[in-house]
Order: sequence, then structure tokens, then C-alpha cells
Amino acid sequence: MSTVAVIDYGMGNLHSIVKALQHAAPEVDVICVSDAEAILQADRVVFPGVGAIRDCMQALNQSGLADVILQVAKSKPLLGICLGMQALLTDSAENNGTPCLAIIDGHVVHFPEALTDTDGNLLKIPHMGWNQVHQLHPHPLWENIPQDSRFYFVHSYYAQPNDAAVTAATTQYPDAFTCALAQANVFAVQFHPEKSQAVGLQLLKNFLHWDGHV
Amino acid sequence: MSLAKRIIPCLDVDNGRVVKGVKFVDIRDAGDPVEIARRYDREGADEITFLDITATHDNRDTIVHVVEQVASEVFIPLTVGGGIRTLDDIRRMLNAGADKVGINSAAVFNPGFVREAAERFGSQCIVVAIDAKKVSQLGEPSCWEIFTHGGRKPTGIDAIEWARKMVDYGAGEILLTSMDRDGTREGFDLPLTRAISEAVTVPVIASGGVGNLDHLADGVIEGKADAVLAASIFHFAEYTIEQAKQRMAARGIEVRL
Repeated sequence: MSTVAVIDYGMGNLHSIVKALQHAAPEVDVICVSDAEAILQADRVVFPGVGAIRDCMQALNQSGLADVILQVAKSKPLLGICLGMQALLTDSAENNGTPCLAIIDGHVVHFPEALTDTDGNLLKIPHMGWNQVHQLHPHPLWENIPQDSRFYFVHSYYAQPNDAAVTAATTQYPDAFTCALAQANVFAVQFHPEKSQAVGLQLLKNFLHWDGHV
Repeated sequence: MSLAKRIIPCLDVDNGRVVKGVKFVDIRDAGDPVEIARRYDREGADEITFLDITATHDNRDTIVHVVEQVASEVFIPLTVGGGIRTLDDIRRMLNAGADKVGINSAAVFNPGFVREAAERFGSQCIVVAIDAKKVSQLGEPSCWEIFTHGGRKPTGIDAIEWARKMVDYGAGEILLTSMDRDGTREGFDLPLTRAISEAVTVPVIASGGVGNLDHLADGVIEGKADAVLAASIFHFAEYTIEQAKQRMAARGIEVRL
């Protein structure tokens, strides 16, 4: 039986992601842990997150889990979700500038103020709800997920990688932004697969069967 | 290609049971929130909101179990409102699998609670519920006021100013209910919805008064709402959520089909 470790670093609710992983692949052992050894021994690792980046990085640095994630990123399939995606970049503009894990080269920035759609309506921040995910190139995690499927988003910041080649998908709000990153054995999404019904469960299932190669 | 407008069915839950007469013919237990949530999920609901109307404090654990069960098999966003008064209430709901909590009267009695909640758990999970009633007379410029106690007690607080203040305090979303329209089936108070939606930067959910599918579309087109919430038209199986989405799509609104 393969195992997937969901990293618990004290940043809120992990119930949904654990249940969704169990639902997506009942044959996989899902563990929710903060213990470094357990994370390093798991076959795959999910790095979730909600809330503010400063609190997130503080929790990761104080617990030593930042180093654990750096090791995981070099060795096995890693899935970052939402804040867990943003934390993989070099730094974030949130909380007046916060250094992050620098696993993927680039920055996390806020949506510009006073965005409008083509009809002149104000676009709300946070970007909240179901939006289309446009896959830029084939990847094992996109298997059986139709192009431009809608996933559930809730965020005010997004990733801007320096190397455009790591962008795995984009979403428009109103301009295209990077909503998924793929770099070797690391995959990360801004949306919430655990809240995106069938397509979200499919993505989790794909991750749970992924060997980390593209 | 853009963000879809959301349709959110709302379930009133009392002691762990759905009330206000859900009448699905093909449901085994019409009062079972888990079964109803499962059905709405299948029909394409974008989120589900539970309003806990349990009166006694002792029985409030029942809603926690409901959320836990639903969150274990329904993988769309879940919001819980009703009786959220402390940071501990919020923590319990989020740990049970809720994604957002709705704060209503506690915000009116202690606005600082919204700030504390947003700082602690993040704005993304704090929905401030606003119950507003029109107080201006015919011929005067429109003006709405915040009411508490199910629309019985006026507070003297202007609804638009209040919505702005709640967003400043960290609300990530506003659930706006017109107390004039709630239960009437005459449609949303569109001028109110539009006034609030244009006054704040966060998403606004329109609520109160939906009687047919065009009311939902009106809420988005004329009311500028980002999401629409309804209870009875879905519970009584007059319309499915899928039909609601088809109608909205036919009127040019982007929805998740």
C-alpha cells in the first residue's frame, strides 16, 4: 500500500483534503502528520495551506518543516495547494514581503486594484468561485481532465514564475495568470482540488498514481 | 472565459434535521441534510450553505456532526451560519470541514469580532451576513438599514456603510438578505443588491425572495451579485439546480455546467 503524507503545520483545516484524498484513491494510506520522519518516508506528499503567508512561513521555519519540504521537493512527488503553492516560490508580496521556500524561481503578487471585466463591471477580490483552468501542455496530473475544466478558487495573490516553462496552466481574471506549476517532481495548484468536485478528485487521483516523472 | 456566477442552495438545519419542508419525492429521508447535500452536489450546486437555527445551546453540536458527514463525501465549498459568536465556534466548524462561516448578529453587537476572526482564520473563510430592510419612503433616495432578530429590531446602521465597514474589518464575502423580500417569492431587492455589490470590493451573495429562475438571473444581471442563494425553490423540487443554471446561461450569464 502506498502512503501519502498531508503536511500538518498548524494552519487550519485539513479535514477536507484528507477526505478528498481517501475518496479519490481508497487504496492509498492517507496520513496527516507534522513529523519529519513520517513525511520523508511517505511515497508522496501534499502541502496544503490557507491563511496568510507570514504565519505559514513562520510555522514552517519554527517547526523545521521548511527543510523537510526542501528535501521532499528533491526526491518524490509533491503537490502544493493554494498557499502551499505560493510558499514554493522565492518570495511573496503578502505581509509587506515574505521570503518563501524558493523551490520554484519567481514571485507571488497581488491582483491589481480596480480590475474590471469587458463590460466594465468591477472584478471582486478575492478571486472566489469556479473558473476555467487552461492546460498549457500535457502532464500526468491532467489525465482525464477536460481542457478548460472549472476548479474552485479563493485567493488574492498568485504566482509569477520567472521561467514561463514551469507554468502548467493559466486562468483568466481578467488577464491570464499562472494557476498551476509543474517542475520535475513538483506540481502545485492555486485552486482547491479538494473542493472542485469530480475534476478535483480526478486531479488528486492522478497525483496519487504519479511517479514524479513527466 | 471567466469566473462563473455561483448558485448556492441553503438548508435550514434545526437539531441536525433540515426544516422548512423539503419535498423531494425520491429522497428516502427528506430531513436528512447529508442526503439533500449529496443531491444538490449531483445537480451541480457550486456551494452549499447550512443555516443552523437550533435554539438551544446544548444541541449545537449536531450541526458539527452534519458538517463532518457532508464534508466527508461532498467535495464543494460548505458554509455554516447561525449562532457563530466566538473564535472557538469558528474553529469547530472549520475543523469539521466547513470552508467558511457566516457571522450575522455577532458582527452587529461586536464588529471587532469580524476583525479578530479574519486575522485568525483568514478573510477567505469569513462571510458577513447582512439583513437589510428599506427605510426610505417613496420619493426619497433609497436607503436601507441593518435589522437583527429576524428583521424585527432596527439598529440605525446604514446597510451600505455597514457593508463597507465589514470589508474593512476583514470580511471576505457578504451574504446580503433583503428582509422585505425574504419569504415573499417576489425576487431579490435588486436596487439594494446592486448598491451593496457596487460599494464593496469582495463578492456579494444575493439572498431573500427568489420565486422563479429568472429572479436568480436578475440578481446577477441587474443586482450585480457574484452569487445567488435560494432555499425553497430548490427544496420543493420546483426547479433543479441544473435548470437554474440553464436559465442563467440562456440569459448570457457564465455558469459552471
